[in-house]
Amino acid sequence: MSRVAEFLFRRRGGAGWHWTDVFTWFWLIGGLIVMFGPALWLVNSSFKTPAALAEFPPTVLPYVTAEAIVEGYEEPLQLFEVRNDDGSVRVLAEVRRLGTVAQMVDPANPGEIIRVNIQNRTPKRSIAFALDNYVQPFLAFDFFLYLRNSVFVTVVATLITLLTNSMAAFALSKYNFRGRSAVMMLIVATLMVPLSVILVPLYSVISAMGLFNSLWGVILPTVATPTGVFMLRQYMLTIPDELIEAARMDKASEWQIYWRIILPLTAPALAVLAIFSVVWRWNDFLWPLIVLSRKEVYTLQVGLNTYAGELNVQWHYILAMTVVTMIPVVLVFIFLQRFITTGIAGSGLK
Amino acid sequence: MSQITLTDVSRAFGKIGVLHDINLDILDGELIVFVGPSGCGKSTLLRLIAGLDRPTGGAIAIDGKDVTTVPAADRGLAMVFQSYALYPHMSVRQNLAFGLENARMARAEIDARIAEAARMLEIAPYLDRRPGQLSGGQRQRVAIGRAIVRNPTAFLLDEPLSNLDAELRISTRAELAALHERLSATMVYVTHDQIEAMTLADRIVVLRAGRIEQIGTPLELYNHPANLFVAGFIGAPRMNLLPVKVAAGGTGRSSLTLDGSAGFEIDGIVSATNGDVTLGLRPHHISLADAGKGDIAARVALVEALGSETIVHTRTSGGQTMLAVVAGQYPVASGDTVDLKFDTSHLHLFDDTGVRIAVS
Amino acid sequence: MGDVRNGIATRAGAMILAPVGWLANVFDAPLRMLQRRTGSNGMAVFFLAPNMLVFGIFVLFPLVINILYSMTGGGALFLGDRTFVGADQYGRLFSCGSYLDPKSCTEDLFWIAVWNTLAFVVLQVAMMVAVALVTALVLNRELRARSFWRAVFFFPVLLSPVVVGLIWRWILQRQGLLNLMVFEAGGTPVNWLVERNWAFTATIMVSVWAHVGFYALILLAGLQAIPKDLYEAAEMDGTRPLRVFWRITLPLLAPNLLVVLVLTLIRAVQIFDEVYVLTGGGPGTSTLFLTQYIYEVGFASMLRNPGLASAASILMGAVLVVLTLIQLGIARRNEQRGKMR
Ligand SMILES: Nc1ncnc2c1ncn2[C@@H]1O[C@H](COP(=O)(O)OP(=O)(O)OP(=O)(O)O)[C@@H](O)[C@H]1O
Ligand SMILES: [Mg+2]
Repeated sequence: MSRVAEFLFRRRGGAGWHWTDVFTWFWLIGGLIVMFGPALWLVNSSFKTPAALAEFPPTVLPYVTAEAIVEGYEEPLQLFEVRNDDGSVRVLAEVRRLGTVAQMVDPANPGEIIRVNIQNRTPKRSIAFALDNYVQPFLAFDFFLYLRNSVFVTVVATLITLLTNSMAAFALSKYNFRGRSAVMMLIVATLMVPLSVILVPLYSVISAMGLFNSLWGVILPTVATPTGVFMLRQYMLTIPDELIEAARMDKASEWQIYWRIILPLTAPALAVLAIFSVVWRWNDFLWPLIVLSRKEVYTLQVGLNTYAGELNVQWHYILAMTVVTMIPVVLVFIFLQRFITTGIAGSGLK
Repeated sequence: MSQITLTDVSRAFGKIGVLHDINLDILDGELIVFVGPSGCGKSTLLRLIAGLDRPTGGAIAIDGKDVTTVPAADRGLAMVFQSYALYPHMSVRQNLAFGLENARMARAEIDARIAEAARMLEIAPYLDRRPGQLSGGQRQRVAIGRAIVRNPTAFLLDEPLSNLDAELRISTRAELAALHERLSATMVYVTHDQIEAMTLADRIVVLRAGRIEQIGTPLELYNHPANLFVAGFIGAPRMNLLPVKVAAGGTGRSSLTLDGSAGFEIDGIVSATNGDVTLGLRPHHISLADAGKGDIAARVALVEALGSETIVHTRTSGGQTMLAVVAGQYPVASGDTVDLKFDTSHLHLFDDTGVRIAVS
Repeated sequence: MGDVRNGIATRAGAMILAPVGWLANVFDAPLRMLQRRTGSNGMAVFFLAPNMLVFGIFVLFPLVINILYSMTGGGALFLGDRTFVGADQYGRLFSCGSYLDPKSCTEDLFWIAVWNTLAFVVLQVAMMVAVALVTALVLNRELRARSFWRAVFFFPVLLSPVVVGLIWRWILQRQGLLNLMVFEAGGTPVNWLVERNWAFTATIMVSVWAHVGFYALILLAGLQAIPKDLYEAAEMDGTRPLRVFWRITLPLLAPNLLVVLVLTLIRAVQIFDEVYVLTGGGPGTSTLFLTQYIYEVGFASMLRNPGLASAASILMGAVLVVLTLIQLGIARRNEQRGKMR
């Protein structure tokens, strides 16, 4: 432990804690708690039963209250630990509660009703993970459908994005044609037109094309990302033109040059764009919210928001579904974080 | 058979003309070298022949067929690039095969050709490596191999040796010459190194600022440079050039005056409009003589003793720098005063527009 | 090292592409024929076409007809079915007794959204830039495991706005974690998302939490581009840390700070997703921002008014265009400065 501490806390320079060192560690540890804490708390909560969720103050570990089937009673009864007057403790099942007095029975001796002041009893609990929170959304809700829709949108949109963006980037980086700079200007201009500015007309275009309530209506407007074209073009500019000329001398068609020379050599940039595109499309919310109005075509984000907006919010399910929605992004984060952070630092795209 | 004919070819980028009315006949089996200073348009001319670029005027024909608008892929030529332009994501074998696959050649034939080229160029051990894992010299061979397997009508090479170190360049140069001999294929070779041009070429094309200055065999250019530019460009060390006044001398002779004082007579009549000409004399054609026995007195500024020969930099009283190359080792030191003796049978004269003057 | 990684990536890319290689061959024959007609250079149009088509249909065309929409009235969706009303929609947005008092306006919600957004932008941007800067400075110190710490702050950036909204709804609810901590500290629990000012504060905090890692990363890249020897020289002179910050770090970081400032501005003006999930614009209208106003008027409310939504979106677009032009101007200047260095 002290080794770890020594490793982590080694400061530049040497002896003594300068106030900047103190501040640095305050900020880092604080950041660790604030950034990860809420998500961890959510994950933690997602394993609790509705009863445990309703408790205040909440417990850290997921407890369930113990119940027992008692002879003569149809429903299972909740078990309590009851403190006797002499200080000894025994386990009783509650039959009903009247004001401050609970009528209880001993499961071993169900005939006799014992009256206990509720001050003297605590629920008997054990640690258990409410995995049902995770199972039910798949069985009883359309959650699986939403998941499938989201995966479809994400994968298809990303593939189309990679193809169209890289083709456009190829044209803009390796050919000289009239109007090239005009096209570049046009693409720059779109950076200024976020979705929220063209919601209404875009909606009418989608409707006119019959794509309302279709996943394609979610996919198509997103695939011509200007950032993707820019990033790929920037990368392709570093590929020497002589390679392309060599390929032309080698009787390669322009399509082959694109497919067999340019694409493989652009792989690192394509990988970055692919990661970004997956995250973008997986997280998209406003546009799917507008285009998709039937439950069968909801994506995860829209579905989740709808559940969370219902009057009797069933938090135990919502929490579990949120965790499932987070999983792909967390996986991307764990495995590809380095890729992404260098990608952002290099190109400033998000 | 592969004869390449350029007729009035020109190329302009926007308003800037880079090549002007190039006329050239490249003969079958010939190794022709384009040489000239940087930026004179050698690469541009080669790319026009390759079909990677289109001329803005004139026509290009291969074996009599006009190919001016034929795309590069269909001209049957192969090119070796200065940077080699090997596909970095493919192995050497794939690099060699790429062009053949594109031509839809049978697999067996492709393998046979690669094996043959690999044997010839001694690159067989590296066939499964990527270009990034090869040395400069090995990459260079692969680049040539990629051209050879195509069995092209002609090879186009753009400064193929300029990325090699000095020693490797000399040995590869010799191999290239041998390769040309063996394949007896037409080769168009671009370089700005005149020694490379002299050693390799059947014929040399000297370019300057987008114009052909002279075409000829290496020795023709050396012995009879058509103008001051070629005279200065071909031969190392550079030819000494100095202004002289020419006047009629004895019968059938002309007299040349240097620096207003020193002078000598030569055989033949020189016709110059006002007597102002430029005298060109290669350093090898100047020898050192004892004081009073030479054509002009000069002061030694620098001596480069190479062992086999000695290069003596001198300065004449008129302020002209003159180089002399003397065979063997010569006892002279900077600061000495010497007399320069000219081998008048090898001198060149150029008029005030720089064009060679015939001595008749 | 970089070479090796690059090589791996290249190879991985080649491997991924190999199975779909046949696709290339399927396309190749017809495309070769096309190329015969267009020439090599002409194929540029072919390569450009898919992207520009999508772009034209789903960005440019909507952009153009948006202006027409904003000049029509009624609830019909398609432009042909709508009646031309000229500048009436704009007139309606701007008909106000006093712009400072939304209640005096015909479209009181619009002005509530405008003022809310303005307050949000000012506070959130200030907070975002400050926190991002401090984080970047901390991360730029000589830390063990820097990439771990960088990842810590970056983590929420990838989360979807819906997830962010739900996480914080869960934390901020009456029986949530925050109230637990307040309770443990001896305070009275607060209904964070039901009290106007707390809800508004929450939208700012949550959006900073979600995005600060991204901006910290940009600033960190800027910090790392500052030559180390400048700091060493300052250390030799015995300069105190704060002075180093004011006299060396800040001036040299200024271009990056400007970029971050404008980017946060652009994003803050359009804020919607996480706030919509977190508060739904409430309580009442206290966290109703412009994009949500557009969404509500154009799509969600009973009396849809696409023309009004269009007009509002064009006004917002105008603000964004100005901000983006500033951003591009800065980017260009930085680029030139980079070249000069
Ligand atoms: N694409 C182009 N656009 C504009 N000018 C060009 C272009 N390509 C070449 N040039 C110009 O044409 C002239 C000739 O270029 P070229 O590459 O043929 O020179 P070169 O003789 O090969 O020189 P080097 O020995 O340096 O390779 C140069 O002045 C160059 O600036
Ligand atoms: Mg060149």
